[in-house]
Amino acid sequence: MSTAALAPPNSARSLFSSVIVKKAIMAATGAALYLFVTVHLLGNLQVFLGPEAINTYAAKLKSIPEILWGARLGLLTLVGLHILTTIQLMKINSKARPVAYAKKANSASTAASRTMYLSGPTIAAFIVYHLLHLTVGSAHPQFSETDVYSNIVFGFRVWWVSAAYLVAMALLCTHLSHGVQSMFQSLGFNHPKHTPRIKKFAHAVGLIYFAGFASMPLAALSGFLPPFFERL
Amino acid sequence: MNLTLHVWRQANAAAPGRMERYDARNVSEDMSFLEMLDVVNEQLIAESKEPIAFEHDCREGICGSCGFMVNGVAHGPQRGTTVCQLHMRHFKDGEELYLEPWRATAFPVLKDLVVDRGALDRIIAAGGYVSVRTGSAPDGNAISVPKEAADISMDAAACIGCGACVAACPNAAAALFTGAKISHLGTLPQGQAERSRRALRMVEQLSLEDFGACTNIGECEAACPKQIPIEMIARMNHDHLKAAWQTRGARKSGGGE
Ligand code: HEM
Ligand code: SF4
Ligand code: FES
Repeated sequence: MSTAALAPPNSARSLFSSVIVKKAIMAATGAALYLFVTVHLLGNLQVFLGPEAINTYAAKLKSIPEILWGARLGLLTLVGLHILTTIQLMKINSKARPVAYAKKANSASTAASRTMYLSGPTIAAFIVYHLLHLTVGSAHPQFSETDVYSNIVFGFRVWWVSAAYLVAMALLCTHLSHGVQSMFQSLGFNHPKHTPRIKKFAHAVGLIYFAGFASMPLAALSGFLPPFFERL
Repeated sequence: MNLTLHVWRQANAAAPGRMERYDARNVSEDMSFLEMLDVVNEQLIAESKEPIAFEHDCREGICGSCGFMVNGVAHGPQRGTTVCQLHMRHFKDGEELYLEPWRATAFPVLKDLVVDRGALDRIIAAGGYVSVRTGSAPDGNAISVPKEAADISMDAAACIGCGACVAACPNAAAALFTGAKISHLGTLPQGQAERSRRALRMVEQLSLEDFGACTNIGECEAACPKQIPIEMIARMNHDHLKAAWQTRGARKSGGGE
């Protein structure tokens, strides 16, 4: 017999112990990270406008250290909270079904929704590599502090680096194709008319963002984005 | 038609269980799934073997007693149908079927395909009620109920507490059940007094019972024999988040409580 006690009438359990509050934190941080990803993608696509455009943009971003570090701290907090709630919910869920089914069919869920706990941690690992590669530069063969354009072009000319980026971006975009619809549900918003549209939007986001992110390594690999000196 | 069944057999809650193979011969397509099992059990009894235990009561899809997995789908392949209302015409001759009990920490197996769903009762006890003045019957229509609220509430009230949503959920969450109960009462004027407390306490109970956390996957909605929409989970999230934000905890002084 399962015999959990009844919750006391005036329970003083902290707000943050609630699975729904945890999920709301995940959704709110996910939404903010989604906005960051959008801005980051638009910013980086300037690589197609040539070295000057993207290098000036990058210099501008770094020009006020207070804002730069404020943004970095903010992003770190968002990712930290998003990962913290991931770990907490994962723990809860790993206890909930001790005996697996001999046979289990999936009737409604998408591959993207079932793999959130795989795509998420892969993105985390990717973020670490990405920072070492294009922000810190220690994982980059010819890193320049100021020439972001060349960092991108030379970085992606290594085929396996580009391959790793493509895989990571595919996972980020599947993460978004479920996440961008899921966050509305988590925050308590579902409507028979609007929700199907949000789902379509989320799937479009997944595809379009992938095309955007993938275009950069592919352009560098194929020679469409020439190194600086070839342009001069 | 003839079928091969692989059925989870477990003598009691403490005993280990395993899948066992049975032949179901001369099954009529007009039988319900449970009637097919009745026939298999008659045969087992005739052979002095222990019949397969499964839960059932109304056999007309309204009580919520029945339910087990058929080939990995809660209540079997027919949407919006309890396993007692599932007919054998939906299966093909020679098919192999795997029958397993609901699997969740919160639903311990009592015997074979029967699980203890007391956890759902305790979720109801934690907040699934409205307080009413007893005494003479109130006037009909004394409280006006908006049509839309009545519709949503009735949709949610269709939940029969079968537990299929938990069984189908990859996280063994009881979000659809709890969402249905919270929405059923919370959308009606009569349910407003306890609305916040209900949304806090039922969700708290959900965690005390070791149900998992929802990941908005939608397997519950597909499995639900009453086709409760996943919208009810969003309603629960809304009520819970609002209540969590507004709650002031127990008052030290003053009346009430
Ligand atoms: C730029 C990076 C990321 C973005 C834009 C992002 C975005 C999102 C969004 C919008 C959601 C939906 C929230 C919800 O279901 O209510 C979500 C969920 C989730 N994210 Fe992320 N995320 C990112 C990185 C990560 C990382 C690094 C991890 C893990 C280490 C992670 C793990 C998860 C998990 C487990 C879920 C829950 C999925 C579910 O419950 O179905 N995410 N994410
Ligand atoms: S929500 Fe549907 S599947 Fe879940 S207990 Fe109620 S009737 Fe059964
Ligand atoms: S036996 Fe009552 S719903 Fe199936």
